[in-house]
Amino acid sequence: MTAADVASPSPVAPDVTDDVVLRLEDLVVEFRAGNGGTVHAVSGISLEVRRGETLGLVGESGCGKSTTGRAIMQLPRPTSGSVLFEGRDLATMSGEELRRVRPKLQMIFQDPISSLNPRRRITDIVGDPLVVWGRGDQRAKVVPEVLEAVGLDPEQVADRRPHQFSGGQCQRVSIARALVLDPEVLICDEPVSALDVSVQAQILNLLEDMKRRYGLTLLFIAHDLGVVRNISDRVAVMYLGRICELGETRALFDTPVHPYTRLLVSSIPTMQDVADLEQIDRGGGEMPSPMDPPSGCRFRTRCPLATERCADETPLMREVLPGRFAACHHPILDHAPEHSGAPAAEKAAGKTTGTTALPRNGQPSREDA
Amino acid sequence: MSEVQLTAAAPPAAPATAVRRAGRASWGYWVAWTWLGSVILAALFAPLLPLWDPAVPDYSNVFGGITPQHWLGGDTLGRDTFSRVVYGARASLLVGICAVGLGAVVGGVLGMVAGYFRGRIEKLLTWIADVVLAFPGLVLIIAIVAVLGASLTNLIAGLAILSVPTFIRLSRATTLVVAQREFVQAARAYGCRPLRIIAREIAPNVVLPVAAYAFIMVGVFIVVEGSLSFLGLGIPPPTPSWGGMIAAGRTELLRFPHISLFPAAVMFLTVLSINYIGERTRKQFEVKESNL
Repeated sequence: MTAADVASPSPVAPDVTDDVVLRLEDLVVEFRAGNGGTVHAVSGISLEVRRGETLGLVGESGCGKSTTGRAIMQLPRPTSGSVLFEGRDLATMSGEELRRVRPKLQMIFQDPISSLNPRRRITDIVGDPLVVWGRGDQRAKVVPEVLEAVGLDPEQVADRRPHQFSGGQCQRVSIARALVLDPEVLICDEPVSALDVSVQAQILNLLEDMKRRYGLTLLFIAHDLGVVRNISDRVAVMYLGRICELGETRALFDTPVHPYTRLLVSSIPTMQDVADLEQIDRGGGEMPSPMDPPSGCRFRTRCPLATERCADETPLMREVLPGRFAACHHPILDHAPEHSGAPAAEKAAGKTTGTTALPRNGQPSREDA
Repeated sequence: MSEVQLTAAAPPAAPATAVRRAGRASWGYWVAWTWLGSVILAALFAPLLPLWDPAVPDYSNVFGGITPQHWLGGDTLGRDTFSRVVYGARASLLVGICAVGLGAVVGGVLGMVAGYFRGRIEKLLTWIADVVLAFPGLVLIIAIVAVLGASLTNLIAGLAILSVPTFIRLSRATTLVVAQREFVQAARAYGCRPLRIIAREIAPNVVLPVAAYAFIMVGVFIVVEGSLSFLGLGIPPPTPSWGGMIAAGRTELLRFPHISLFPAAVMFLTVLSINYIGERTRKQFEVKESNL
């Protein structure tokens, strides 16, 4: 009731297109730190996730990408801003309303071992969502199906407990548990970063398979650029609580528009880099503290192109090239052919992805934190 | 000759040390279990055992020494000490187990509620726990006994109240850690209701540390019951309890120390066994937890 009242005057409603399944508007997450300060974990993110795509969310550790994922799940609820799932704002929903939407929006976590209750058996873990939703009688049929889908032998694993499995197998169980309710969107919070490289590939392939089989939309959060590049259709780059660049994966990696993206892409080690390790540009070292973020553009303290304007004025997300969005006053637009040796043919010049920049929603939509 | 002896002696030597080493680790453990098991079994089946009636005085046995009829002698009224020690075990174990059981269940549940929901309910519960902990335990028991009278139920209730705060703290602290684990987040994410999360996801992980601590607390409460009975605040006299028996022998301690000594020794060995087993279980459990 109240959610509908709040949502109806929203200026965003006309923008809602059919294929956008998840839309973040000016999402803000702040935590109170122990010493009385505030941690600005996520500072006004606007993002669209389209049905059926895989959107990668990358950034350094501590940039707020996991917090964004959890804020989408309302675990905990964001400080302000809205999370529109199929047009309904999760952030202002009542507890019970939100609970009813939850099955459509599932998450898998970074630590595969910690994701499973050590004191429960695999069948109970995977079947529990069904019990919660009153479909406990379907467990005998659905649980073996989904276990088989994620590549586990139901007869062998059903009665075992999580500690009897490897990290990769545990992650398969987590995926099975997330899929058992047949969700629309799967948020993957660094699902492979705790795994061995060989297992990483298996899990990534599994996610791709599951995406096809269950018609999922993936929000893939990771710090590993190689992984994100492999799996994502589009990529959003986060830095210190803000999105600095958004674009189609290949274009973004080949011709980064934002100086931070360029730094990230150039930090992917190649054989040449390993040879001259000293030469790697670290871009001014560490990320500033999210408790006291720089004014204006948050990347300016490490940015080689920073000017006074970057300190005074916060750059807004804008379409700097067709289909390329960046929040930067000085985007890198002339990608000379010598840059990073990328084949010219691969440059996604003018490949429009049809995204529209979200208008910054000035009105404070804070309802209940 | 000597070579032959050496080779003959060498092979059995290796297994012997191995066995001794393995045995050394569990030797005390099994002795403790044997003792505790016998005490519990004796307490359970006391009426079925061929014992003297613990309540009937026998004037030929007053201050009696150890005889084939009276294994541990007789007390100030000539009642058979062995029989009274066995029946006393019933009272002591009943008080220890019931008080700790009640405290562990109530404190465990409240602690999980405080640790999972946080916020006001956590503040309220930790405040209550702090207040009860700050209150001198002995004074509380004396107050309860003074107002409600000395009885088994009042003693159990008083001790249970005293043990609740520590269980709240332990359970809350464990819950705080468990609730941060991803499987709890996942349960919330698929729409599990809070009480179900507590029952299904958190409780199974809190039960073990709480149970390990409760086990040790049983030993503590057996001693506490003994002290209270010694002060005349425990189980009222006709019913034998270890503390009461030690207290009864107090007057003749110099002339006939065995009247107090035997029940005291039994209590000592029982509590020692409980502590030994409890400490070992706790350690085993800690290792398991770190492997997860």
